Amino acid sequence: MTTDVQGSVTGDSIFRDPRYRAIFYQILVIALFVSFVWYVGHNTAINLEKRGIASGFNFLSQPAGFGIGIVLLMDYSSQTSTHLDVLIIGIINTLAVSISGIFLATIIGFIFGVLRLSKNWVVNKIAAVYIEVIRNIPLLVQLMFWYFAVLSVLPLTKDSIQIGENFLINNRGVSFPAIIPSNGFWLITVAFLVAIVASIFIRKWAHKRQDLTGQVFPVLWASIGLIIALPVIASLIMGNPFTVNYPEFGRFSITGGWSLEPEFLALLLGLSIYTGAFIAEIVRSGINAVSHGQTEAAHSLGLRPGITTRLVILPQALRVIVPPLTSQYLNLTKNSSLATAIGYADITALFAGTSLNQTGQAIECIMITMIFYLSISLLISMFMNWYNKRIALVER
Amino acid sequence: MKKASFIAVATAATFIATAATAATLDDVKAKGFIQCGVTTGLAGFAAPNNEGKWEGFDVDFCRAMSAAIFGDPDKVKYTPTTAKERFTALQSAEIDVLARNTTWTFSRDVNLGFEFVGVNYYDGQGFMVKKALGVKSALELSGARVCVQSGTTTELNLADYFTANGMKYDSVVFDTADEVREAYLKDTCDVYTTDQSGLYAQRSVIADPEAHIVLPEVISKEPLGPLVRHGDNQWGDIARWTLNAMIEAEELNVSSANVDDLKANTKNPGIQRMLGTSGDLGQQLGLSNDWAYNIIKNVGNYGESFARNLGEGTALNIARGLNAQWNKGGILYAPPLR
Repeated sequence: MTTDVQGSVTGDSIFRDPRYRAIFYQILVIALFVSFVWYVGHNTAINLEKRGIASGFNFLSQPAGFGIGIVLLMDYSSQTSTHLDVLIIGIINTLAVSISGIFLATIIGFIFGVLRLSKNWVVNKIAAVYIEVIRNIPLLVQLMFWYFAVLSVLPLTKDSIQIGENFLINNRGVSFPAIIPSNGFWLITVAFLVAIVASIFIRKWAHKRQDLTGQVFPVLWASIGLIIALPVIASLIMGNPFTVNYPEFGRFSITGGWSLEPEFLALLLGLSIYTGAFIAEIVRSGINAVSHGQTEAAHSLGLRPGITTRLVILPQALRVIVPPLTSQYLNLTKNSSLATAIGYADITALFAGTSLNQTGQAIECIMITMIFYLSISLLISMFMNWYNKRIALVER
Repeated sequence: MKKASFIAVATAATFIATAATAATLDDVKAKGFIQCGVTTGLAGFAAPNNEGKWEGFDVDFCRAMSAAIFGDPDKVKYTPTTAKERFTALQSAEIDVLARNTTWTFSRDVNLGFEFVGVNYYDGQGFMVKKALGVKSALELSGARVCVQSGTTTELNLADYFTANGMKYDSVVFDTADEVREAYLKDTCDVYTTDQSGLYAQRSVIADPEAHIVLPEVISKEPLGPLVRHGDNQWGDIARWTLNAMIEAEELNVSSANVDDLKANTKNPGIQRMLGTSGDLGQQLGLSNDWAYNIIKNVGNYGESFARNLGEGTALNIARGLNAQWNKGGILYAPPLR
């Protein structure tokens, strides 16, 4: 106890000093909180032991022993893969549907948000109906609708809807040709990355040139051209270093090719259409928040309506849009845990479901799952906050 | 100030107390009913009937325990659990006993902290497919999409069987048996796999049962039975001997129809012991001496319960098979009540 009171307080107890009193109570609260958490943890541990329930994380290295319907980017075998692999597959599957969902929901949301403001009565009302209907039906019901009412009434495998030769749609999902890389495929990947980097530089250069000379360079078309042309050239140089695996009719369902399972499709559609409706409202409110004077001013400067929207209205609207948009992205990610209702193998269904049940390690599994959702939500928040700062109004 | 926080922690530490585990029997008697975990609905085993009352083979076990303890089979409250929730519900003492066609396995018995009290149905995992597919054997199922219920031994056996036979499959996993059936009927998957009893139960509620065929292969041993928490041996004993009494009663030909007569007139010492007219078996369990009489009178013996819920003449139409008495070609064998 060498940290002594500084001389300024004369005679009186340090408890009379508001500064120290404040610190004292804060420490007290923290201490109570910490001891409460410790108490709960300790009590749980003792009770688990009393009931003979094993605890700890050893189960992660045990073989999982069950099959998984959807495995991406990994090899999985029910005999040798562990519960840790199951966790990773669950995380990948959750991220796959969340990221594609966020992408799709944003596109849907922006389109319908703008349509909602259209002066065309029919277009306007269609958007309004979409938004009002979708926002007011629970997501779980919508997922059931997509899975059990829409996708499962698609034709059977043998009567698949064929688009072209090799694009098949049936009640087992969507199948299309797979590209299997062989030796030399790396050059195509490199060319693709180079094209993306080059596009970024072209954009910067075009900006500079426009600032200096006023000439406009078609950045979009140039970039698209590059991104297509470079990999194609690379492919020709290496002599097409890949094989194409076409979907074929197997005994039960389509074999070969790549396919999107109905569970994934239903979840993706459900999540993005549901969240899209909320984003549409956010976009509408964001655009409405930009004073009409801005449009009139832009028009009086001779800017065309497209450019007015893109360069005058949207940048200002985004400042209003981004913060609530962030929470929609978070909602979408967290809502993806409803996957378990329609048999999609996300982290909740796999790890907090099957693994939990096969090992009985409820507390551990749920804890890991919670930590995952928490970290992914915080990451999305961080990214969106960074983006929000970037587009924020810089006042001079 | 440091001292203050130390004191706070120390005080908290001294107040640590772990919840004392009181005897389940006392708890049950105090609250006046048994909280029994059953399925969310599986015809024949546990499902609410037209009047909303739970019925079925597993429900009969809950009723038998209630009869043994209270002399009244209706002092049971049912908690429908999914395969996934059932163990947590029992571990956390939300339910007193789980009678939910649960397979007795090593890890459930040892690692999860449960005590299986016996086997009330010897089962094995099977496959059901639509007849139209023309599949005759499970060995033809390579490449199929298989619908399965989450958190079951079924999931594990399925993986083992397909690996052992060098076949591939895609699994689609659902929480409840109803969702699995729905997905199977909507042709989202080709195969429905679960314990054969479950397949028969599900087929019995399908609109067109004839269009579906249960394949001959049985790929696993599934001894299904009721279970309780580890650590309360008295409660475990009551559950175990409730089941054994029902099985023993069938073996001794004691049924709900003749139990009153036998209680009054029998000269058979085995039956006398069971019905409590001699000895004190009931008291040893902490129950009244006519505990087994109450079970048989109110619920019936094992055979009656089987015939009522699963047997020939019911929608499930399951033969006794392995579940016949040991002296009638089955493996049902209760330890002696003495």
